[in-house]
Amino acid sequence: MIKTFNKGGVHPPENKISRNAALEQLIPEGIIQIFISQHIGAPAECIVAKGDKVKTGQLIAKANGFVSANVHSSVSGTVLGIENIADYQGIKKPAICIQVEGDEWEESIDRSTEINRDLSKTSEEILAKITEAGLVGLGGATFPTHVKLAVPKGKTAKAIIINGAECEPYLTSDYRVMLEHGEELLIGVQLLKKAVNVDKAYIGIETNKQDAIDSLKKTAVNYSGIEIVSLEPKYPQGGEKQLIKSITGIEVPDRALPIETGCIVSNICTTLAVYEAVQKNKPLFENSITVTGKNLKVQKNFIVRVGTPLSQLIKAIGGIPENTGKIISGGPMMGRAISNMEAPTMKGSGAIVFITDDEAKRGTKSNCIRCSKCVAACPMRLQPFLLYKLAERNMLEELKENSIHACIECGCCLYTCPANLPLVDYVRLGKTRAMKLIAKPK
Amino acid sequence: MNKLIISPSPHVHGKFSTKRLMRDVVIALLPALLVSFYFFGLGAVKVVGLSVISCVAFEYLIQRFLLKTAPSTNDLSAVVTGLILSLNLPSNLPWWIVIIGSLIAIGVGKMVFGGLGNNPFNPALVGRVFLLIARPVEMTTWPLPLTLVTPDATTGATPLAIVKEGLKNGLTIDQIKESSDYTFSYLDTLFGQIGGSLGEVSAVALLLGFAYLLVRKVITWHIPVSIFATVIVFSGILHFASPDRFIDPVFHLLTGGMILGAVYMATDYVTSPMTPKGMAVYGVGIGLLTILIRTFGSYPEGMSFAILFMNAIVPLINKYMKPKLFGEVK
Repeated sequence: MIKTFNKGGVHPPENKISRNAALEQLIPEGIIQIFISQHIGAPAECIVAKGDKVKTGQLIAKANGFVSANVHSSVSGTVLGIENIADYQGIKKPAICIQVEGDEWEESIDRSTEINRDLSKTSEEILAKITEAGLVGLGGATFPTHVKLAVPKGKTAKAIIINGAECEPYLTSDYRVMLEHGEELLIGVQLLKKAVNVDKAYIGIETNKQDAIDSLKKTAVNYSGIEIVSLEPKYPQGGEKQLIKSITGIEVPDRALPIETGCIVSNICTTLAVYEAVQKNKPLFENSITVTGKNLKVQKNFIVRVGTPLSQLIKAIGGIPENTGKIISGGPMMGRAISNMEAPTMKGSGAIVFITDDEAKRGTKSNCIRCSKCVAACPMRLQPFLLYKLAERNMLEELKENSIHACIECGCCLYTCPANLPLVDYVRLGKTRAMKLIAKPK
Repeated sequence: MNKLIISPSPHVHGKFSTKRLMRDVVIALLPALLVSFYFFGLGAVKVVGLSVISCVAFEYLIQRFLLKTAPSTNDLSAVVTGLILSLNLPSNLPWWIVIIGSLIAIGVGKMVFGGLGNNPFNPALVGRVFLLIARPVEMTTWPLPLTLVTPDATTGATPLAIVKEGLKNGLTIDQIKESSDYTFSYLDTLFGQIGGSLGEVSAVALLLGFAYLLVRKVITWHIPVSIFATVIVFSGILHFASPDRFIDPVFHLLTGGMILGAVYMATDYVTSPMTPKGMAVYGVGIGLLTILIRTFGSYPEGMSFAILFMNAIVPLINKYMKPKLFGEVK
């Protein structure tokens, strides 16, 4: 049976043109820059100094408190110091700069390709390894994984849900991981189950990746308690709340965390990283990044070391084509436009998508014709046209009453709007302002 | 190198545009237009052409010279208003009445409120009802379809008017059906062999357009289906309670502006509710009011008034019929 969430959502052209490009290592050269804050929470604390020699996989910045994550060197070489480096959007943040010299790994990391099927580690040992490896959610939110796996007191986890929806157009890195590292992924799922002490896990995959569904189903017969769920392709199925709804039929209560439903959601790449951290002792210092676009001659799914300058990825696909209008980090529905091509990649970087000139421009806005397509498209069942009007007029109380806090900014409303109104832009603005009002003590 | 665009997500856009939606409505109306040309001949062509041209012209002129804004006539919304207005008119209507109707539809129905998207009432219906009240005789003198037996245009009453008149004269439904005026079968109403406005004659042609609108996702089923269901249930109850006084639901469904109104006018985006729940309430309201007016009011036809009345209530419906938030906790 093919499942999905029942209300809202859109299905943009999939454009998964990089789906046949096998994962490929990209080793950086020159200088790499690793941000000490790669995650949500407190920035890590740098523990190396200028002139230090580091190896690939060596801890270079220590987690600062519980909601924080370790940062490891992704190359071997010499530390050049800490500098303020501009990120994709040009915002400067402290980063550790390292001159790349060869690729010498920490001895503790198991570099063999042999699959380690040993599942004897205890829950505590698994969680400790995950914490140590500096794992964060690789779906984009970069929330520290060990925090996510710490079930709050009074709540119980019942199931792990693995997000293999990859519902954004263009993106294919999760798909490649499912195809090429299926068994490692399933072991990762078993480790996650053990870590939070549940015996059920679901992997939700959209049917536009039928071969991934088939191959994982075949491998999953050797692993108990893992169900591969076929999902109808629909955006934003990969949203945490939508995915839980699609798979279990339960809605996460408004303003509550997903754990309220007993589900813990993890991303495909994160789950593979769990396998690598626990079974191979490998910290998180590389991640898969799709580099794609209709105007590119080659489509790539790279495995990129954290901190590699974007320009090296762009060089690897032959430079920026003349008719490029926009370059996005992430998928075209929720990704962010990149302004700085020298910025280093981060743990959470999942894709670089090239959009051509003609696609990049938005249509001219015209009057709202009250067609209610935005209402039908909103997966959170809000009324985007109304929130837009209220935000435009800065009516914060009314925004609050109309549940603006629930907006997940998926962009379905703007995607579907025949009048090209900047719906989600204004809703975002209104949400930021109204949330301040909500947070303010009375 | 050329400059890259930096803007917030989403970076891709769907295929809908106001123009495309309006074009689809025009395409959906083609079968009904062709049927009306076939049955009413040149008169129908004249009324449709005049109505469309004057609606577009008035919109352009008002925007250009009165409001001094850039004319938005290329979004085709004035074409749709013109088409729908003409489908609500008899084919022998004098040309100047058509033009006045267009002026009221565009000028009073749409432009005074700020143009497309801001009008509370369906512009075509505003035009139609204005004409119905101002020129009742011309508006209710319907030519009968041209047939081989009567190649010259003759005029006659619509099925609804025949029934209304008969009941007023103290006849029962069965007696009316046996009378000499009642010359049509339900099959005729399906294909258009009856008297009436241009667009109220062929149920099949209108339903064909309905299917097209659904397939193209221009409208959803909620409004038309809830209107039809209400009409069937309400007129069905009346009919079974007193078959002599109330005609059957099939008659109500197939005659008058029922299908034209439910599919093309009640679903007008601007003047209908925003949520499926609201649409259902709105549809039920239109269904109830139509049957009430048709059976108990003095007009034989109630669709236009019912839609206009419910248009007025739409803001209220929108206020109370909000979608249920994802994961809503009471």
